[in-house]
Amino acid sequence: MLAKVNELFNKELKVINMGLEYFYNDLKEQKVKVIHVDWKPAAGGDKKLSSLLSRLK
Amino acid sequence: MVAEKIANANKEALQRILNARPVLVRAGKAGDEIPGMTRKTILHSGPPVSWERMSGPQKGAVIGGLIYERLASNEEEARALAASGEIIFDSCHHHNTVGPMAGIVTYSMPVWVVENKTYGNFAYCTFNEGLGKVLRMGAFSDDVIKRLDWMENTLGPLIKEALEIKGEIDLKAMIAQVLQMGDEGHNRNRAGTSLLIRELAPAIIRTKFSDEEKVEVLNFLNGNDHTFLNLSMPACKCTMDPAGGIKYSTLVYIMSRNGTDFGIKVSGLGDRWFTAPAEIVKGLYFPGFTEEDANPDIGDSCITETAGIGGFAMACAIPIVQFVGGEARDAIDYSRQMYEITEGENNVYKIPVLGFRGTATGIDIQKVIETGIRPIINTGIAHKKPGVGQVGAGLVRPPMKCFEDALEAFVEELEAEGELSEEINNY
Repeated sequence: MLAKVNELFNKELKVINMGLEYFYNDLKEQKVKVIHVDWKPAAGGDKKLSSLLSRLK
Repeated sequence: MVAEKIANANKEALQRILNARPVLVRAGKAGDEIPGMTRKTILHSGPPVSWERMSGPQKGAVIGGLIYERLASNEEEARALAASGEIIFDSCHHHNTVGPMAGIVTYSMPVWVVENKTYGNFAYCTFNEGLGKVLRMGAFSDDVIKRLDWMENTLGPLIKEALEIKGEIDLKAMIAQVLQMGDEGHNRNRAGTSLLIRELAPAIIRTKFSDEEKVEVLNFLNGNDHTFLNLSMPACKCTMDPAGGIKYSTLVYIMSRNGTDFGIKVSGLGDRWFTAPAEIVKGLYFPGFTEEDANPDIGDSCITETAGIGGFAMACAIPIVQFVGGEARDAIDYSRQMYEITEGENNVYKIPVLGFRGTATGIDIQKVIETGIRPIINTGIAHKKPGVGQVGAGLVRPPMKCFEDALEAFVEELEAEGELSEEINNY
């Protein structure tokens, strides 16, 4: 497993960042190819509201 | 499966919105036209609210309305009468009516009558008084009452006759056109007002009124860029009413505020209001005023956003950011963001800058909760004290609580009817 990770980091990285934009900005500064996906958990992670929504699915 | 029933109901609600054909059919008097009006009825914007809980500008407009109707002769008498229980206060929406800002409608006021030709339902709205110190912003000084008298005795009857000569005016076609001309139908109505005057002017000339009165009316309509707001609003109201009462639909068919509470109604939940305290509008203030002076969000005018224009069509009206705040890019981003929370796109109301994409239409409470994106509304700002008037314009969103409570009620109702499985999938 670790070998595979090392193999990955020895190649040119192409990253899709989801959620926190901070990681995207950090990678961009390091000249890593990265795109950002503006993602948030459903209902902002609120358990009660998520549960209500899921009952209608 | 309940998901399928909801999807089908939402498709039906959207289809009814898209099928609507609002047409201006006539002008008349509130007391003659609006169902359930009496000489002592006062309609107001937003969900129902008692005199005691009314916001400053709405109280100011009630005082002005009572003086205008000669039910009181001064502020003190008007306040006493309003508090006496003798006056019937009710929400405009309960009478197929919409009113901008304070939304006060009294018996003698002239109204536009708009019919949704597809479904045969009607909507009503008063005539717009102009900007600044006006009744709908809570002002009730002598000049405000004098203007209302002139609107009742000259403007209303003259427009009524002009429309009898001219015939009906297709508002759906006109709104589609004004969106291509830089309006969004809520806070920018310059193109709509101009087109309306083009339609009405030849008929105004042919009325039996004096030349002086005709010139006065044309100047009044022309001097107020918001003349058309009071037509885009009832056009949207009669567009949205048939989308209410569809079992299983999670689409919003009314959004409205009274300066105290913000309220929404959801199609599948019938006539129930879901309310929460109205928020302060973020915007630009007229010289001499600040956010400290602002009353919370007020008016029925966000029926335009409910129907997919107004803030939802801001990309059509980029210069509006100079009136409500923000940058040109923001106007486009707001319109684009609204696709995240709507069932579909309008088939007639199109946004040129987005490749003539239809405006985002049919707000879905499920999508609002899921994404955390609330509808965008651009609106006027009234002073919090009665009698002052408008102090600015800006942008606001409804409180999330309205949507949360509606979703909870929706699930509870289906649960009580045995429509939902017991299993709860947290994701």
